[in-house]
Amino acid sequence: MRIAGDRRRWIVLAAVWLLLLTTPFWLLHVGGYMALGTRVAVLALAAMSLNFLLGFTGVLSFGHGAYFGLGAYGTGLALKFLTHSTPLALVLGTLLGGVAGALLGALIVRRRGVYFAMVTIAFGQVFYFTAFRWSSLTGGDDGLNGFARQPLHFPGWTADIASDATLFYYFVLLVFAIGTGAMGLLLRSPFGRTLLAIRENERRARFLGIPIEQHIWLAFSISTLFTALAGGLYALLNNFADPTLLNYNQSGEIVIMIVLGGMRSFWGPLVGAAVFVVLQDYLSSLTQNWMSFLGAIFVLAVLFFPRGVLGMRLAGTSGAAKPAAPAPGPASPSSS
Amino acid sequence: MTDLLLLNVSNGLIIGAFYVLMALGLSLILNLSGVINFAHGGFLALGGYLAYTLAPYVGFWMALFLSPLLVAVLGLIVERTMMHHMYRRDPLYSLLLTFGLAFIFEDSTRAIWGASGKPFSVPAYLANPVSSKLFFLTHYRLLIVVIATLVVGALFLALRYTREGIRIRAGTLDLDTVSSLGVNVRRLRTFNFALGTYLAGLAGVLAAGQIGVEPTMGAGLLMPSFVAIIVGGVGSLPGTLLGGLLIGVAAGVTTVFWPAASEAVIYVMMALVLLVRPRGLLGEEGLLS
Repeated sequence: MRIAGDRRRWIVLAAVWLLLLTTPFWLLHVGGYMALGTRVAVLALAAMSLNFLLGFTGVLSFGHGAYFGLGAYGTGLALKFLTHSTPLALVLGTLLGGVAGALLGALIVRRRGVYFAMVTIAFGQVFYFTAFRWSSLTGGDDGLNGFARQPLHFPGWTADIASDATLFYYFVLLVFAIGTGAMGLLLRSPFGRTLLAIRENERRARFLGIPIEQHIWLAFSISTLFTALAGGLYALLNNFADPTLLNYNQSGEIVIMIVLGGMRSFWGPLVGAAVFVVLQDYLSSLTQNWMSFLGAIFVLAVLFFPRGVLGMRLAGTSGAAKPAAPAPGPASPSSS
Repeated sequence: MTDLLLLNVSNGLIIGAFYVLMALGLSLILNLSGVINFAHGGFLALGGYLAYTLAPYVGFWMALFLSPLLVAVLGLIVERTMMHHMYRRDPLYSLLLTFGLAFIFEDSTRAIWGASGKPFSVPAYLANPVSSKLFFLTHYRLLIVVIATLVVGALFLALRYTREGIRIRAGTLDLDTVSSLGVNVRRLRTFNFALGTYLAGLAGVLAAGQIGVEPTMGAGLLMPSFVAIIVGGVGSLPGTLLGGLLIGVAAGVTTVFWPAASEAVIYVMMALVLLVRPRGLLGEEGLLS
């Protein structure tokens, strides 16, 4: 069984990466465009980062838009005022979001469930209002512009990610690989296994002597760090950042991507992000009442499709294929 | 300076009254059903728009009476058809559901009544100031405070002395026991949800007379209401009342000294409360967390 599970994992991994690496070759033929593929990769990274917390630690944050936006603003501001190096700006933006996440995380780590969700939403709004009000720095309601991603310089070769959309896609994919690879490795480490234990039964994990608060704080910080990384990429993609990125609507969109794809699966959020971004792109070109359709997606997904695309598949096969998650239903074991 | 301060304290109290009505409704639903109702702002806006539509036909007072009731009926339908599937599930799902509903509400009001704000006129005798010295204090503002006080008072009395009210309070503490004592929890939750949305609708009508109606009028009040609940203490309705008034006045006073920070100050207050007293001012440890 173990070997079969391992082989399955390798097949899935190979298929996912084959699809991602060949995207520029088939995307245009199925009616897409390069920036759309890049947006899927960026939002998938954000969704997978949040799922590190939501799906694998079992902690409900509804304020991750704030860290996504902080990453975007941090990267944009760094490119505008500090540096001409795209990777350095990206690192600075990521750190801004990650540090803010770590600080606020320490404040809220004792809360759980709905309460945790509510506090994360409310704190997220602080950054939204800051970006909105501090117009001399952030451009206020109009958003931050006046920065652009710069070509990458290597010895003997310049990768012009500024004007070549395909090259930029591969740059994003490289960052995506680093981010998801790091989270995947973390989840397979003893630390990651401990997070799963906390998700499954927090009280039992506490009795085993696991410092729960410390683990949740670490998971929260890691999750916000990679969400900020995705936000930084988003700013580079659009050469623009605006306050709505920090808003709780952004958080909700990231969460629905996870639910659409399947929150108990590592690659589920990638599927969810693809479905969501393509639907959004298609519907917003079709109708003015895009928000109603978006709302309907939320409502229908929750009422009829709570396990998501990959969740359905997992429920169809046996639980043994994924030893960490023996087909857990949408119901939480400890909800009161 | 004192006039300016007085003006902004009174502004703060008015805004606080909206926060309180909104947050009490949210709090009722959160306490009994463990659901954060993101669509609460949508219910509020709907209350305002219904009053805007009804007032020319039935007059201001009748609109003030009818609109919140209609909103409560819609709340009842939403609870019956969708919300009640969520109670057995992880809180994540109810959050996403109400989040989607909020989108649909906002977009629908925009589609029906238009995207731009509309003025909503109250009777002339209400729009007049109380006296020439207190020029900023119109009768309408007094009315807001009076109605908010009466409704909140009635709510607290009902929760204390009526059978349904006592059941709601008991359900907040231990729903399983209430259920095993033979109370129909399904119906209690439906009633409670409708009550919460009634308060939102009422706040919507009152807010419409003050600032006019626009599709996002409720969404802007949602976050401060969250903060009011957290500052006052999750699970405590008196706490929510206190929290709403506190952050309203704090925002009003900050407007005098540092206008740009008037939105951020309530979040700073929340951070302070969470640092010093994580359960909130009047909250109990362990509820809903």
